[in-house]
Amino acid sequence: MTRTTRALLGATALTAMGFAAAAQDTTITIATVNNGDMIRMQGLTDVFEAENPGITVEWVTLEENVLRQNVTTDIATGGGQYDIITIGTYEVPIWGERGWLQSLNDLGDDYNIDDLLPAIRGGLTVDGNLYASPFYGESSMVMYRTDLMEAAGLDMPDAPTWEFIREAAIAMTDRDNDIYGVCLRGKPGWGENMAFLTAMSNSFGARWFDENWTPQFDSEAWATTLNFYLDLLNQAGPPGAANNGFNENLALFQTGHCGMWIDATVAASFVTNPDDSQVADSVGFALAPDNGLGPRGNWLWAWSLAIPSSSDAPDAARAFISWATGPGYVGLVAENEGWANVPPGTRTSLYENQDYLDAAPFAQMTLDSINSADPTNPTVDPVPYTGVQFVAIPEFAGLATEIGQVFSAALAGQTTAEDALAQAQDLATEEMEAAGY
Amino acid sequence: MARAITTQRKITLTAVAWIIALLIFFPILWTILTSFKTEADAIADPPLFLNFHWTLENYAVVQDRSDYMRYLWNSIAIAVGSTALGILIAVPAAWSMAFVPGKKTKDILLWMLSTKMLPAVGVLYPIRLILIQTGLLDTKGALIVILTLINLPIIVWMLYTYFKEIPGEILEAARMDGATLRSEILYVLTPMAVPGIASTVLLNIILAWNEAFWTLTLTTVDAAPLTAFIASYSSPEGLFYAKLSAASTMAIAPILIMGWFSQKQLVRGLTFGAVK
Repeated sequence: MTRTTRALLGATALTAMGFAAAAQDTTITIATVNNGDMIRMQGLTDVFEAENPGITVEWVTLEENVLRQNVTTDIATGGGQYDIITIGTYEVPIWGERGWLQSLNDLGDDYNIDDLLPAIRGGLTVDGNLYASPFYGESSMVMYRTDLMEAAGLDMPDAPTWEFIREAAIAMTDRDNDIYGVCLRGKPGWGENMAFLTAMSNSFGARWFDENWTPQFDSEAWATTLNFYLDLLNQAGPPGAANNGFNENLALFQTGHCGMWIDATVAASFVTNPDDSQVADSVGFALAPDNGLGPRGNWLWAWSLAIPSSSDAPDAARAFISWATGPGYVGLVAENEGWANVPPGTRTSLYENQDYLDAAPFAQMTLDSINSADPTNPTVDPVPYTGVQFVAIPEFAGLATEIGQVFSAALAGQTTAEDALAQAQDLATEEMEAAGY
Repeated sequence: MARAITTQRKITLTAVAWIIALLIFFPILWTILTSFKTEADAIADPPLFLNFHWTLENYAVVQDRSDYMRYLWNSIAIAVGSTALGILIAVPAAWSMAFVPGKKTKDILLWMLSTKMLPAVGVLYPIRLILIQTGLLDTKGALIVILTLINLPIIVWMLYTYFKEIPGEILEAARMDGATLRSEILYVLTPMAVPGIASTVLLNIILAWNEAFWTLTLTTVDAAPLTAFIASYSSPEGLFYAKLSAASTMAIAPILIMGWFSQKQLVRGLTFGAVK
C-alpha cells in the first residue's frame, strides 16, 4: 500500500467517523425568559448534558413579549428554530388545540405525571393530552408587612375580604414617610394590570363575557370592581401606580414602601430573601381577598416547557423536558442552590417535603392559593371560556392590552371609571363581532 | 465692551450646551453606574449616585452566562457588512441622481424615503418565509442584506445631499480629460465627498448596530447580535437591573468608543453643506 493510498484511506475513515459523530449529536434550542428559576435551569445545563451524552443545549433568552412574538412567528411559518419553548397557561390550550404543540403524554415513567398539581395539570391539558410540562407554577396572594400591620392595630386573617384590605391599607398608609398601604399592578398590559383586574373581578362576580360571548363591561359587577380598585389605589397606593407592574412593585415592597402587595406567589421567595429585601424578616402571607361570593381574587399561571410541532429534534427535547420538569430536578436545585430556590407550584411531592416546607415559610399559602383557583369556573356566573386571569381565546391578548390601557388611564386620572368601562365595552364588542363570535 | 459681551455669550452658550449634553448623556451614565452596583443598591431609595458599594460582580455573571464575543462579532459583521454593501449601491445611485437627474429623480427620492415610513412588521412574514425556504434564517448574510435595504434610502439621501454640493464642472473637466465613469466616481467624486461618505458610514453603522426588530426576530443563536444579548437580560419576574445594566454597557461600549473617536468626522459630515 502506497503512502498516498494510506493517506486517502485514513482521510476517508476520518470523514466517516465525522459523519457518524454528527448523526449522534443533537443540538436542541430552547427559547426562554430571564426569570430566576430559568437562569438556575441554564446553570445546570452541564448536568443534563453529562447525563445525556450526544445532546447539546443552546439557550435563547428573550424578553417575554419578544419571546411570544418570535415563537408565534416561528410556529406559524414553520421555521423550526426552537425545539423547546417556554410558554404560559394562556397559550397552551390555544396552541395545543391548533396542533402547534406536540403531545407530552409519554415523558417516561420517572416523570410521574400524577404528581403534578391537578389545577396546573388541568390548565395545560387539552382533550386529555398534556401539551406542556409545568416548570414553575404560581397563583397570587397577599404579601404584607407584619410590623406595619401590628402598628396599625390590625390582625391579618388567613383569608381576608376586600373590605379588610381597604381598611388595613388606609390604616397602614403614612405618606409623610413614603409608606403606602397597598401596591397593585397598574401598568397596562394583558399580563400586567389586566391579569390582576380580571382575577379581582372574579371575586366581585364580574365576568368578561356571558354564555353567548356578549361582553359584560357594562355590568354592575365590573363597575364595582373598577371603582373599588381605583379608590383603593387613590387612597392608599403609591404615586404613579399606573406605571407599576410586577418588578416596580417588587422594588417598592423590598425597599419598605408597601404595607401590602397582592401579586404572584413566586415573589414570596424574593421578598423573604435578606440579600435583596430590606423587609425580609417581617413579611406575612394571606390568601387573595374575596367578597363572600365564592371565588377569591387570585390567578393561576404556570411557565411551562413545550415542543413546537416544527421541532426536528423531538426526542432530545422530550429528554430535556422530562429532566427539567421531572421530580428529580428540585433535588438537584436544592443541592446546588438551597431548598428555598427550587421552582415552586408544580408537584404535590414538593409540598410534602419537610426540607422545602422548613425553608419556604410561604409554601402552604402558595399551595392553598393554587388549589383555590378554578380555571374552568373562574367567577360566580357561568362563562363560555376557561382561564382565571385571562380568557383562553386568541383575541384576548390584544383586546386585554387595549382595555388595560384604558383602565390604566383611569388610574392616572385621565378618564373616569364610567368612561373607561364604556370604552372597554365598545372595544370588546367590536373585537368579538369582527372575530365572528 | 463688544469683546466682553461676546465672551459672556460664549460662556452662556457653552454652559447651555454642556447642560443639554449632560441631560442627554445622563441615562447612559446612570446605566453605567448601575452596572457597578449590587442588585439591592440598584433599586435603593433614594437612588445612590456614587456612594454605593462598587462591584464588578455583574460583569462577571454576564460574562459567565453569555458568550459576549460571539454576539459582539455578529454585531460587527452585520453593521459593517450592511454599511459596506449599502455604500457600494448608494454611491453610483446618488451620483446619477445628483449629476444626471431625470424627470422623475425627485419623485424617486421621495418614494425611497416613504419606504422608511412603512411598519416593518407588515413584511415580517413574507421575509421570514423567504429566509426559511432559502435556508438563510438565523444567518448574518440575511441580516446584512435586510439591513442594507432598510437603511439604503437614508444612505442615498445623505450622499445625494453631499454630492449636490460638489460643482458638476469639476466632474465635466475630468471627463474632458478622458476620465471614464469609474475613474470619475472613484478618483474625482469620492475624494471630494470623503467627509460626507465618512459621516454616512458612521451613521449607518450606528443605525445597523442599534436595529432591534429584525435582529431579534430573524435570529436565534448563530447570527444573534448584541441586541439579542441585551434582551436576554430583561426579566418579567425578577429584579436584575444591575445585570441588565452591565449587559447594556457591554453592548453599547464599542459603538460609544467608536462615536467618541470619530465625533469630529461625524459632526463635520453632518454639517457639510448645512450653511449656504
